[in-house]
Amino acid sequence: MELTTIWFALIAVLWIGYFALEGFDFGVGMLLPVLGRDDRERRVMINTIGPVWDGNEVWVLVAGGATFAAFPEWYATLFSGFYLPLLLILVALIIRGVAFEYRAKQPDDAWKRNWDLAIIVGSWLPAVLWGVAFANILRGVPIDAEMEYVGGFFTLLSPYALLGGALTATLFLTHGAMYVALKTDGEIRHRARALAVRLGLVAAVVAVAFLGWTQVQTGNAGSAALFVLAAGCLLAGIAMAGQGREGWAFVGTFATIALGVAGLFVALFPDVMPTSLAGGTSLTTTNAAATAYTLKIMTVVAVVMTPIVLVYQGWTYWVFRKRISVHHIPEARLAESAR
Amino acid sequence: MSYVDLDALDIARWQFAITTVYHFLFVPITIGLSAIVAGYQTAWIRTGNEQWLRLTRFFGKLFLINFALGLVTGIVQEFQFGMNWSDYSRFVGDIFGAPLAVEGLLAFFLESTFLGLWIFGWDRLPRGLHNACMWLVHLGTLFSAYFILAANSFMQNPVGYEYNPDTGRAELVDFFAVLLNKVQLVTFPHVVMSAYMTAGAFVAGVAVWQLVRAKGRAAADTEGTERPMYRRAARTGAWVMLVASVGVVVSGDFQGKIMTEVQPMKMAAAEALYETEQPAPFSLFTIGSLDGTEEKLAITVPNLLSFLATNDFEGEVEGINPLRERYLETYGQDPGEAYYTAGDYTPNIWLSYWSFRLMMGLGFAGIAGALALLWATRRGRAPTSTRWAWLAVSLPLMPLLANSFGWIFTEVGRQPWAVFGLMTVDRSVSPSVSAGEVLTSLVVLTALYGVLAVVELRLLLHYIAKGADPHEEPVVRDDDQDPDRPLAFAY
Repeated sequence: MELTTIWFALIAVLWIGYFALEGFDFGVGMLLPVLGRDDRERRVMINTIGPVWDGNEVWVLVAGGATFAAFPEWYATLFSGFYLPLLLILVALIIRGVAFEYRAKQPDDAWKRNWDLAIIVGSWLPAVLWGVAFANILRGVPIDAEMEYVGGFFTLLSPYALLGGALTATLFLTHGAMYVALKTDGEIRHRARALAVRLGLVAAVVAVAFLGWTQVQTGNAGSAALFVLAAGCLLAGIAMAGQGREGWAFVGTFATIALGVAGLFVALFPDVMPTSLAGGTSLTTTNAAATAYTLKIMTVVAVVMTPIVLVYQGWTYWVFRKRISVHHIPEARLAESAR
Repeated sequence: MSYVDLDALDIARWQFAITTVYHFLFVPITIGLSAIVAGYQTAWIRTGNEQWLRLTRFFGKLFLINFALGLVTGIVQEFQFGMNWSDYSRFVGDIFGAPLAVEGLLAFFLESTFLGLWIFGWDRLPRGLHNACMWLVHLGTLFSAYFILAANSFMQNPVGYEYNPDTGRAELVDFFAVLLNKVQLVTFPHVVMSAYMTAGAFVAGVAVWQLVRAKGRAAADTEGTERPMYRRAARTGAWVMLVASVGVVVSGDFQGKIMTEVQPMKMAAAEALYETEQPAPFSLFTIGSLDGTEEKLAITVPNLLSFLATNDFEGEVEGINPLRERYLETYGQDPGEAYYTAGDYTPNIWLSYWSFRLMMGLGFAGIAGALALLWATRRGRAPTSTRWAWLAVSLPLMPLLANSFGWIFTEVGRQPWAVFGLMTVDRSVSPSVSAGEVLTSLVVLTALYGVLAVVELRLLLHYIAKGADPHEEPVVRDDDQDPDRPLAFAY
């Protein structure tokens, strides 16, 4: 196989890892005002993702860095072209990351409410915008012969792209609810499970619409198979949640996201960023790629490091396997405010 | 340049300067404090002395407040190259992208995963393994520093590449040459040692503050543990500073000589040395006209610059004017029209000169502060007079600001180049991004960073003022026997 194809696949793997992992911690943040009825419950939710959200987020940093290294032209066109959406995502990731760490650091309610808002907004924005961004990559955007993006911000907000945003948002909501059901105990667990089923059905409708549209637009046999599998996994996940089998339900949404994203990359190949302009240049795995030497070096690093990362990240989930419920949350120490 | 002239290039440069200097306020503390906190924890495990555990918890909390901002501002750094500097990314992506990707894979995963394990793992992991998590976080910060500095060193002294006229870009031919760039080999120790120095100063400053305060609260300290504990912290901090400062000075000296070799203009600018001199004096302080043509007052140390630049007190140091001629011959092409006239390759002399001096001056002031503190804490003594409060506040600021000026110097001194000798800054900017877009991003990020700085500082001061918790019970490992056992740590 061509090195450029291998790297296209590796970048797909990184995005799959990102969406399947950070997808649920986005979902937990998005559902904070819905599932967390009081401060205790909100703390339960936040603590289910507390030890892992940061590691999940690194997947996007590595995806970005790997794109820079393996497909510099893609990185340059994408990041300079999707400027304002990426700025919004940056702002969201900043306030969200700080919020997790700072929220519990002061006892007063206004402080907590503000950081809750940061978590909610900071989770919704990227959940929607990543979908919008990927839909645009698939559909093609105005890129001129010099590989420069020549559209504006509103070029990116086509109905298809907005549907893509709706899909990532609803999928992450479902995924997050499944995760809360899996990782908590008590009343919130049951509410999360019931909500996951309802959200899952909405996500399924959006998924059929968006993936169908994508298939008609740019699909091939491989993407069709993956999309069908993704939809099947979603329905299986919903069914499992309905039967109270939370572990399998979460596996279902995890697989849905993984297969769906894989399908999108298969539909995209061999382009990495097609142009919608007649005289424009589409970026492909070959014309956007780094040299074979760089790809070779990067392949060695990726082959050695990725399994190691997977092992220790997986181990983290094992260490924090315990379900959390409201009575596990320690009282904020009274000494905090007294001194 | 007037306000209305501001174009995407100017704004992108401002944004890079602001976001980078801001990001690097948190980075050195993260690098250094992860090691100190891990060290305190190891000391606790080895000795069983509760004071070490209290210090671990206390500085661990401060570490996390600082880490959060370092992490989130780091994401901006990675995105920024593509967003604002896409032509740069296209031109050197084949070389520059690799260390960034490796940094993510090797360092960021390690840091974030094991920090999560450390924060939440007090009751989930055996003590030794839990402590190892923080050491792995520290290892991650060192990996991270190595790869990002290798990328920066390439910009100062491009190696291991070939220009390919067919693709119109610089292409990697030797990855190890990039990783073992001679600029990198001296920059990495310099940056890491200054990070240790900064974190040492932070710990020492906080401890001195507590010692000064403890005097007024002697009644509260019924067990008499506060004073010895903070004295310990003050001394560990000061020793870390002092030992690290040796590394900073030695590596800095090597850097000066290598800089003279690979970027002579930067050295000349650091010294505002217009004409070649042999031997060259080192100017401690100069007041003159801004263009350097007229000197009004100068305090100099004879022969010192010759030594710094060439390792020989009688060595010749080239001046800006002859270097300009030489650069014109070597690089021929004009250095970009935005800020430079044809044939001019001179960075901003005023900024280079003063940032270089402030970096060194603040660094040496930090060393003096560390020595003073070690003297004041000798043989069981502890500084408690309120006169020491000023040291508590200024000690961390000295290396912290020295870091900022060091980066300002090294980046300003490279101008007009983005990659020395290969690509100028004004050709690096994204052609497809409008001034309005970059301005939006500059305003949004600066405002957000400003708010977060206030929040972070207030939180930090709150927790510093509160001091270490009076008692820390060693956490017993959760054996999963009691399903209702509360979490040892929760957000």
